[in-house]
Amino acid sequence: MPAKVDRHAMPKQDSRERVRNFNEVALGYPAEAAVEEAKRCIACPKKPCVAGCPVEVDIPSFVKLIAEGKFVEAARSIKEKNSLPAICGRVCPQETQCEERCTLGKKGKPVAIGALERFAADYERASGAPAGSGPASGPGSGAASRAAGKVAVVGSGPAGLTCAADLARVGYSVVLFESLHSTGGVLRYGIPEFRLPKAIVDEEVEYVKSLGVEVRVNTLVGKTVSVDELFRDGFDAIFLGTGAGLPHFLGIPGENLNGVYSANEFLTRSNLMKAYLFPEYDTPIRVGRRVAVVGAGNVAMDAARTALRLGAEKVAIVYRRSRAEMPARLEEIENAEEEGVDLMLLTNPTRVLGDERGWVRGMECIRMELGEADESGRRRPIPVPGSEFVMDIDTMISAVGTDPNPLLVRAVPGLRVGRHGNVVINEDTGETSVPGVFAGGDIVTGSATVIAAMGAGKVAARGIDRFVRAKRERSE
Amino acid sequence: MHTIIEKEELAPKIKLFVVKAPEIASHALPGHFFVLRAHELGERIPLTIADSDPEAGTITMVFQEVGKSTCELGAFEEGDAILDIVGPLGAPRDIRRLHTVVCVAGGVGVAPIYPEARAFHQLGTRVISLIGAQTKDMLIFKDRMEAVSDEVHYSTDDGSFGYHGFVTGLLRDLLAGGLRPDEVVAIGPLPMMRATCKVTAEFGVKTIVSLNAIMVDGTGMCGSCRVTVDGKTMFSCVEGPAFDGHKVDFDELMARQTRFVAEEKLAMERYQAHAEGCRCQRK
Repeated sequence: MPAKVDRHAMPKQDSRERVRNFNEVALGYPAEAAVEEAKRCIACPKKPCVAGCPVEVDIPSFVKLIAEGKFVEAARSIKEKNSLPAICGRVCPQETQCEERCTLGKKGKPVAIGALERFAADYERASGAPAGSGPASGPGSGAASRAAGKVAVVGSGPAGLTCAADLARVGYSVVLFESLHSTGGVLRYGIPEFRLPKAIVDEEVEYVKSLGVEVRVNTLVGKTVSVDELFRDGFDAIFLGTGAGLPHFLGIPGENLNGVYSANEFLTRSNLMKAYLFPEYDTPIRVGRRVAVVGAGNVAMDAARTALRLGAEKVAIVYRRSRAEMPARLEEIENAEEEGVDLMLLTNPTRVLGDERGWVRGMECIRMELGEADESGRRRPIPVPGSEFVMDIDTMISAVGTDPNPLLVRAVPGLRVGRHGNVVINEDTGETSVPGVFAGGDIVTGSATVIAAMGAGKVAARGIDRFVRAKRERSE
Repeated sequence: MHTIIEKEELAPKIKLFVVKAPEIASHALPGHFFVLRAHELGERIPLTIADSDPEAGTITMVFQEVGKSTCELGAFEEGDAILDIVGPLGAPRDIRRLHTVVCVAGGVGVAPIYPEARAFHQLGTRVISLIGAQTKDMLIFKDRMEAVSDEVHYSTDDGSFGYHGFVTGLLRDLLAGGLRPDEVVAIGPLPMMRATCKVTAEFGVKTIVSLNAIMVDGTGMCGSCRVTVDGKTMFSCVEGPAFDGHKVDFDELMARQTRFVAEEKLAMERYQAHAEGCRCQRK
């Protein structure tokens, strides 16, 4: 038996350095560290990690390939199940999925599966191995010559990309529609460059295109073209992966003052429009000296860390519950704290204060304490009477969640939706109440994770395949 | 890519483009807008669809050069292409046959009001158009508006053409004279729309305004364009851009329009310095 080896930490940019740039924070394993980390896997027979993966990646196989130095093969092994490994290796919450179930984790630290996935994907890209030559069931000769059927995938975020890739792999002609000018959905507009470089999103999208998927940007289905028109144009099925893009605000006075952003606006300006490179890029973004980000999820961390990089002197996360309830990944909370983001916990904003010209000058908050557990199982935050105080801020970013995007949903007659505007589906097939229309990802669940959306895209791809085959058999 | 088929200078710094955009042309209704991005480094700019021709697959846009992005766009020529255009966006206007509608347009606002005036006119509504500009040379779309209006009145701030004064003065005279239209449609700069609403409120005439809030995506994702209407926050890109003008919080909206003034100024100065440089090199 080899001596027990500790989990290898991934090198990161120094926190003092990285708050001054938008380059990726985590730097990835060097090859030797990846091999050493991969060798920690004990290849236990039950493979609990695989069950923890929403897209069922054969984790022990690719880890073994890395241990053997077969890095490109490892990447291709992942791609049999997951079309976006370089993305998932970076943004998946492995600590609550595959790594949480790792046998090594029972007594020590689990294998760094996410870091290894990232390593394999990055290695394959850097090696210049043609992206499309991946899976054995690989690309056909392009969309036009395909016979299995024609599918419209609406939204090019993680759910749409996965659904499109899976359908293309089994011979469908797929058109992927995107309303923005650039693909990737939340991967593009939501997650900052320092956590997910856009060059990686570009390359993963190129890979999906190499499978034969046709991409049409600047097309808002429901407006530019209707769902009925798509069916008339010969699409056999439509997948809705339009995400949870509708930002919530807190509903407190002063939220329309200048200097209040939704996290979506703040991040879209910076990420999609590259406002962090203003004035080289034309889209402006204005961040003041003192910033409060309300909310404590990954989006809040992204907004807070972006604000620091844009030059804010002080950035605080304002959250009404305690540290234990913060929904962000531990890694992201740690990164934010290392960079100097303050956590103001058990604090709830009550109103935003403005000056006479309509600009934010402060935010009134009230202290909270935790009471009994609520229906979510978390202890309910209760205001402490008389504990109001004013934070001196000039920018407030509201990162308290998003709802499913209502635009397309409203444009599909008969589509059944739930209380929060989420599309109701059969979870085994992705089918909605409208025949031929499928859905998955945040449009169904409300805002969740990239990998959950990918899993839903996969389920819907299978559901669509069954639906189209049944339809074709009937018509024969 | 969207090729510019036709370019016309309607007035100093006011340009008209006819652009290839077949899918938008075949779905456009009065009140719809689109978002364009001229080039890879460009910002997303919302503009109202001033006209559309489904057969030719074209849409018409009219814009005034005020900042860097619009000046840059104005330098595009026929045959050049705009990188991205998405649309039609926003809620189309509810246009039905009424007895009388007064269309009040200020400056470049006459272009977005034109398709609405035409739609009312085609349904048999009596259309009275009041068109205001700073000076005679800045009055645009005269022929187009005259073709779809029963009456057209002009005003200029300097008195060089038509009524001497603001277009709201014309409107006040009409209403004081006893005219009671079913609806007033007002499109133009925010102070002009606010002034229009003030006049029509006095006479109890329903007024629809079209707001040009600052947007990013234009599809309801960012909330940059939020505006308070009847005490509630609305996203003008999805729920608008047309709203009941008497319920719009204009003070708030006018403050919100100044959010990026400093940045816009910086961008314009850099652009002008660069443009100077280019001219020098050409000599």
